[in-house]
Amino acid sequence: MNLIAEAIAWIFSGDTGLLAPIPIALLQHLAYTFASVAVAALIAIPFGWLIGHTGKGRDIAVAISGAARAIPSFGLLILLVLLFGVLRTPEAAIITFVLLAIPSILAGAYTGFEAIDRKVIDAARSMGMTEWQILWRVEVPLGLSLLVAGLRSATLQVVATVTIAAYVNLGGLGQYILSGLPLRRFDIVLGGALLVAALALVLDGIFALLQRASVPSGVRADQSVRFAPKRSASARTAPAVS
Amino acid sequence: MNWVIDNVDLIWELTLIHLRQSVVAIILGFVLALPLGWLAWRYRAARGGILTVTGLLYTIPSLALLPILPVLLGTPILSEVNLILALTIYAIALMVRSVADGLGSVDASVRLSATAMGYGAVRRFWVIEFPLAGPVILAGLRVTAVSTIALATVGALIGIDNLGYLFTNGSQRRIIPEVLAGIVAVLLIALLVDALLIAAGRMLMPWSRAKRRRARRGALPLEVSVA
Repeated sequence: MNLIAEAIAWIFSGDTGLLAPIPIALLQHLAYTFASVAVAALIAIPFGWLIGHTGKGRDIAVAISGAARAIPSFGLLILLVLLFGVLRTPEAAIITFVLLAIPSILAGAYTGFEAIDRKVIDAARSMGMTEWQILWRVEVPLGLSLLVAGLRSATLQVVATVTIAAYVNLGGLGQYILSGLPLRRFDIVLGGALLVAALALVLDGIFALLQRASVPSGVRADQSVRFAPKRSASARTAPAVS
Repeated sequence: MNWVIDNVDLIWELTLIHLRQSVVAIILGFVLALPLGWLAWRYRAARGGILTVTGLLYTIPSLALLPILPVLLGTPILSEVNLILALTIYAIALMVRSVADGLGSVDASVRLSATAMGYGAVRRFWVIEFPLAGPVILAGLRVTAVSTIALATVGALIGIDNLGYLFTNGSQRRIIPEVLAGIVAVLLIALLVDALLIAAGRMLMPWSRAKRRRARRGALPLEVSVA
């Protein structure tokens, strides 16, 4: 427990020696995370919506996300860095992060559409909506909260992998953990670990709020009438990743 | 490719270590998740608490959890126990929800019939509810097993040897086949364990093949492995 106090003291001392100051490392960590998730989202969301809207290609998407789970992200990172060469480490790292983020976002996009009651879509079609209108006015809004859940999983996974990427000198908060170990400076190791854990929990909390906000108000009103007396607030905001 | 041929013994040795570490964590996670999942399913009040806490633990990146555990538990920082414990925590977090969902998928009328036939709570759980929840629980177990095996490689970063050693060593010595061999070995044992789980499921639950669609739905592909 004493070590925890030392670690917290280290965090607030601002003395990181030869390593980057904590705010810089935090910004690096966030920049890599958001850039990768954004690129992955641009690739995965259109495909996910296409699968969800047409119902085709679902088995392939399930197979991809299943196989992706078995890939050790640390190994993939090292492999791409070696293949790209030392000078292109950031590019190699970002490609790794994007590849890791795609399956979760893809799954979030198409499961969001699949979870919609077919009657709602039939009703929209019978009202004379075009396929494009059904997509943008019915499916996208109703599927949004599961898409946000997918983005949440992807973000947390990328935050964890960016931590590991300190091993290839990418910076970020993982550098304190990995540099502290050989020096046997466990206050730095633990301080870094606490910072990473805190960052992940804060991002998770922000996404939990976003996920609640992304439920269309009409649906939310309906839910609160049906479920409010039974479900506690914590049950509804329980993370989707678990 | 020469590197792989020259180092088959090393790869094999690391594979066995890797399997041992991950299988222990998978079994521990499964055994501990059963009572927790049952509590989460049975008591609405417990559900929010259990799922929130396991969800938060799952959120913590592995490289952060690995150095925090020895401080909390007093184990040596380089001990394999830390890795197995961290993997067990992630396994529990993944499994609890599958167990709760699986038990929830058992038809209420079946449960009532069992009670009407005189089954007590304990016997009803083991003879009726647990087998019927089996397909959903198995789907969760497969996800857990595969991601645990992939995740274990992170241990190499803090000096715990397993197949992840091929990544750190290959990175330092710039041997691409070594890193590739590590990835392939991890994929192969993940595939092997997954196939064993499927086979075990077919043997223990011969009735589930007809319902396989339902089981697949139980494992929403939203679950991810913490890198």
